[in-house]
Amino acid sequence: MSSPHEPQPDEAQPSFTTQLKEQLWDPVAGFGVTFRTMFRKVVTEEYPKVKKPTAPRFHGRHQLNRYPDGLEKCIGCELCAWACPADAIYVEGAQNTEDERYSPGERYGAVYQINYLRCILCGLCIEACPTRALTMTNFYELADDNREALIYEKSELLAPLLPGMEQPPHAMLLGEDEGDYYRGMFAPPPGDRAAAPTSTPETSSATPPAPRTARKAAR
Amino acid sequence: MGIEEKLPSGVLLTTVEGVAGYMRKASFWPATFGLACCAIEMMTSGGPRYDTGRFGMEVFRASPRQADLMIVAGRVSQKMAPVLRQIYDQMAEPKWVLAMGVCASSGGMFNNYAIVQGVDHVVPVDMYLPGCPPRPEMLIDAILKLHDQVQSTKFGANRAKQVAELETAALNAVPTSDQKGLMR
Repeated sequence: MSSPHEPQPDEAQPSFTTQLKEQLWDPVAGFGVTFRTMFRKVVTEEYPKVKKPTAPRFHGRHQLNRYPDGLEKCIGCELCAWACPADAIYVEGAQNTEDERYSPGERYGAVYQINYLRCILCGLCIEACPTRALTMTNFYELADDNREALIYEKSELLAPLLPGMEQPPHAMLLGEDEGDYYRGMFAPPPGDRAAAPTSTPETSSATPPAPRTARKAAR
Repeated sequence: MGIEEKLPSGVLLTTVEGVAGYMRKASFWPATFGLACCAIEMMTSGGPRYDTGRFGMEVFRASPRQADLMIVAGRVSQKMAPVLRQIYDQMAEPKWVLAMGVCASSGGMFNNYAIVQGVDHVVPVDMYLPGCPPRPEMLIDAILKLHDQVQSTKFGANRAKQVAELETAALNAVPTSDQKGLMR
């Protein structure tokens, strides 16, 4: 057994040149990295001032879409609510009548709520939706200071009325018959700048939601 | 009109509340409370790319005594709840809680016996942040909304009046049993 103070062969004193390098050159090299970084581009995102756009298919806040005449696409089938793994969606369907028509078919979603404190923004509801009524926007600034404000109602989720759209309830305004209406075989409504008649204003990614102050006042 | 017009230029008047709110909001020190995947996004927010140091909160304190904001990042299990409460109690006043992510806010998709259905069952929450997990921008947005809240906090008699008003509003609100859908 050797004593712990006895110098071991691999613990020998480093040579003079090694010592010189460690004490003089290494700090210079280290601070050189710091110095060089000053001339590099800054990676920090100036988030609240400069909002970098998300990926185009980012899963953000939902949106309930409309047909080009303003009727709602949602038919109140509750498939989104069934698909939801977090039980965040609540739908109550109701019957359309000839006097009071909200969507082209037989039924429409009378109550539509999404609880954003449960929603994990997975997009399974989007996959489940048979009419492409429910899509997602790229809007993500959702934080709020109470639970109730984060349950979004139908009025907040519905897409804004674009020019040429009319606030439902009203009859189906476009096309000769129902077939034409669903296939988009009609002239584009006046004021609609999208030339293609089949294109509907789905997923307008940059659309901000209704101002929160306004909806708080409406409660 | 008042004293403002008689002052020389370059002198700014404000209220004690305004100054105190500004001081408080500009030096949040978050307590480290990462519980799950949200913690990864929280750490990213502190890193160079999103850099919460821009808002004076680059130091994540390991000791609750030195922290005044608790970011609950992740799902809180029933077993973690007393620990969470103890950490909250150990923090010095004034203190705020930010529930980050759906699990901390409401239990999220984990609607089961193991998970506390929202940290507001355990501690008072000042800001709810949805998302699973929320991206760092969402966290920064929530923090900035909390900043606004802190800036407008009232003091003394005004605060007591505000508390009384809030309590009256809560007592007069529609009971949850009468609400529809998810509000129920």
